[in-house]
Amino acid sequence: MDPEARAALGDIGRKGLWENNTALVQLLGLCPLLAVSTSVVNAVSLALATVLVMALASGAVAALRTLIPHEIRIPVFILIIAALVTCLDLAFNAWLHSLYLVLGIFIPLIVTNCIVLARVEAFAAKNSPLAAAWDGAAMGVGLLWVLALLGGARELIGSGTLFAGIDMIIPGARPLHLLGEEYHGLLIAILPPGAFILLGLMIAARNAWVARAQPAHPTDTHTADAPAAA
Amino acid sequence: MYNSPFLRQKTSVRRVMTTVLVAMLPGIIVHVWLFGIGLLLQIAIASAAALACEAGMLALRRRPVARALGDGSALVTAWLIAVCLPPLLPWWMTVLGTSFALVIGKHLYGGLGQNPFNPAMLAYCLLIVSFPALMSQWPGMQGSDAATQLHWVLGGERALDAVTGATPLDALRTGLRGAADVDTVLQSPVFGFVAGAGWEWVALAWAAGGLLLLALRIITWHIPAAFLGTLAAVAGIAWLIDPSQFASPAFHLFAGGSMLAAFFIATDPVSGATTPRGKLVFAAGIALIAWLIRAFGAFPDGIAFAVLLMNICVPLIDIRTQPPVFGHKNGDAP
Repeated sequence: MDPEARAALGDIGRKGLWENNTALVQLLGLCPLLAVSTSVVNAVSLALATVLVMALASGAVAALRTLIPHEIRIPVFILIIAALVTCLDLAFNAWLHSLYLVLGIFIPLIVTNCIVLARVEAFAAKNSPLAAAWDGAAMGVGLLWVLALLGGARELIGSGTLFAGIDMIIPGARPLHLLGEEYHGLLIAILPPGAFILLGLMIAARNAWVARAQPAHPTDTHTADAPAAA
Repeated sequence: MYNSPFLRQKTSVRRVMTTVLVAMLPGIIVHVWLFGIGLLLQIAIASAAALACEAGMLALRRRPVARALGDGSALVTAWLIAVCLPPLLPWWMTVLGTSFALVIGKHLYGGLGQNPFNPAMLAYCLLIVSFPALMSQWPGMQGSDAATQLHWVLGGERALDAVTGATPLDALRTGLRGAADVDTVLQSPVFGFVAGAGWEWVALAWAAGGLLLLALRIITWHIPAAFLGTLAAVAGIAWLIDPSQFASPAFHLFAGGSMLAAFFIATDPVSGATTPRGKLVFAAGIALIAWLIRAFGAFPDGIAFAVLLMNICVPLIDIRTQPPVFGHKNGDAP
């Protein structure tokens, strides 16, 4: 691979993970983000499923992009995504059944997750299959780490544990009781308002980080040609 | 821009806040007289937590700490939180609620004058959602001496069932769930001559403090009148339709936090509506939602949720109720 293509892929990865992070910057796909981030296990499982769907869907659409008629591209995209999600749904049901029961409706709903369609339409339909699959995966992993962090924070504050339900994935594994067995939990963190508050704090933290990294720009009111204050 | 002779008014944030604190004294005194010193402990804890959070956030935001601390706005928030909470709540819950109100409810939105939600109601909602059981335990009238109450507030082992009970609103709800009718439920000693035993006196004291605020023109008549009027109206309609299932309007006016909300909470000048007609709509909405939650919901009182819900509507209400500019008819473009 030539260095130019490598740099382009690195750029795609950085945008997916940080600069255009789906959850913290684009604020897309918030419904599953907020609904399943009640624990690390739920959050990471659904995020991994989303990563898989995004990478496969973007790659498939990019490969088929010259064959798809422009006028009906959105229904075709949705069909491709829905087919992939159905395979994943059946796989979850077959091999991770207890987790399937917890995640329930949110696995089929990956079809409607706007971030999947957004990347397919905005990126995969105009780029090569390799770059598109990489973009889908990077965007998905960007969602994954935010979901993992949010799920961890909500679980820890809300019930004092980490990795509750891990035995659904690794039989016999035990969750961590970081705050002791006595901790009753601040219930609001598990409830929807807690998800919004914590996500808001994470977005604020990211914005503060970005603002600190960039030199401050002078605002218009300080420039010489601005009209004098009335 | 600035012309014409102006009258100088002595009002400052500090003076307004001090007056509100003074107006709260009757309610606090009656409450302490009837239910014990728990409330004073909560006020002390909440005030300390509020001042610490306010100072910390002002320092973080690089604002003058001393001047803003001296204006008393944090103290008003702290006192309002304290009077809303059950007086025997463990101290750390009060600290948690107050910190949430000041840090997230007030300063993250930009500090005094910028908060879209009533900070005291945010604290109450955080705690009632997170700790529904403890938040429903209120001390009875012949409960416990001062030392015991101090012990409990500091987190000591609690034998609460002996001295605490449901609020009148809770008792009414539980009674009605048990298929009794209102008259039977009201025979319980929890209830007094209008609402809850003791509670009606506290409510009257809040109303007295509120009338002081009205007389000093710290608040206008719109919000208290619309709130109490709407509450009485909706409760009255339901009561006329089925007196065995719905409590009387008098009960609703004197139970729970009605009087406190009418004069001290809904009248928050920052998070409430600002136009005269807007205030009427805002307060009527609170009363309607609060009554619905009381009659059909599962929480001890609905006022806190009602206030937050109407807070969200304030920008819309203010836009739709702009008074006409002088010289124009209502509805003209100014």
